[in-house]
Amino acid sequence: MTFINYASREINCKIVYYGPGLCGKTTNIQWIYEQANPEKKGKLVSLATETDRTLFFDFLPLDMGTVKGFKVRFHLYTVPGQVFYDASRKLILRGCDGIIFVADSQRARMEANIESIANLATNLKENGFDIRSIPYVLQLNKRDMPSAAPVAEMERLLRFRGEPMIEAVASQGTGVIETLKAAARQILMELQRA
Amino acid sequence: MAKLDLVMFEEEYKLLQEIIGRLQKDASAKVVFLVDKNGQQIAAAGDVKSIDATSLASLTAGNVAATDGLAKLIGEKEFSLLFHEGEKDNLHISIVGKRGILVVIFDQNSSLALVRLRVKKASKELQEIFDQVEQRAQKESDTGNRFESPFSEITDEDIDRLFGD
Repeated sequence: MTFINYASREINCKIVYYGPGLCGKTTNIQWIYEQANPEKKGKLVSLATETDRTLFFDFLPLDMGTVKGFKVRFHLYTVPGQVFYDASRKLILRGCDGIIFVADSQRARMEANIESIANLATNLKENGFDIRSIPYVLQLNKRDMPSAAPVAEMERLLRFRGEPMIEAVASQGTGVIETLKAAARQILMELQRA
Repeated sequence: MAKLDLVMFEEEYKLLQEIIGRLQKDASAKVVFLVDKNGQQIAAAGDVKSIDATSLASLTAGNVAATDGLAKLIGEKEFSLLFHEGEKDNLHISIVGKRGILVVIFDQNSSLALVRLRVKKASKELQEIFDQVEQRAQKESDTGNRFESPFSEITDEDIDRLFGD
């Protein structure tokens, strides 16, 4: 749910990175944080365990500049990927404007990817959203892994609505900004239609 | 979209700002924040610069959402009030209507009793404004008579520019 403030001429959008455990959601957001202009970024908040697994969420506010005289601000969130944190995942989807699904390209993780998309669909539905219509981007992460499945195979298994599909190596920053941009485009275009 | 977007106009914003400004003084609080349940800051009053307001808004919303989940687990609708006591500063968090969260930060210059009393009064007033905002949005959505969105003519170039291309 976008928050448009006419008084401060600001528009805030919430983008959630979703995906199975260890697929690289936090890595995406960390890379954006490290690369962003210091004036544009806020503090990166990570609620993680001692072993750096996301416990509740990571949060990064980003000032993107202005569109039509309105300051555009993205709030990036990641969910905890581990299966047993489902209650937390559901909470984070509350009021989101768009989803970036980070898929792990390693063959051994394909089932986890599929399960995670099914879990996303259920959790979106419980928050009143439809996975078929909400702004949505599919990122194929870890393309540099030797055990990465071919793109065509991943597309067949994971792409279900002609959504933008972007190949990435988040640890090196490849495809990270393109993914965010694809999501931003859909969200802002959605506002146009509203 | 599942729910109506939250659109806040200047006059409503001024009213909200006025109420929380008054609350901050009446409760002798350091800072008062009004945030949205999705983690976005709506308004603030007091020594705002001393705190990272954006992180505060998102963590508060996360905290309230988690507590909400706990409430449902034990069969409660919600816990409408959270209180965190620190060595010097305390945090009083309360729910306003369906979508607002009021955060009051105070130290030994005030007391929990005073804060609770003032928050109660301010919450009522805030609730009325939230209701107005909601009613207006509902009416516009029902009649299809929405205000002219500033984003109706957004172009691909506008989006490219945001990313510095």
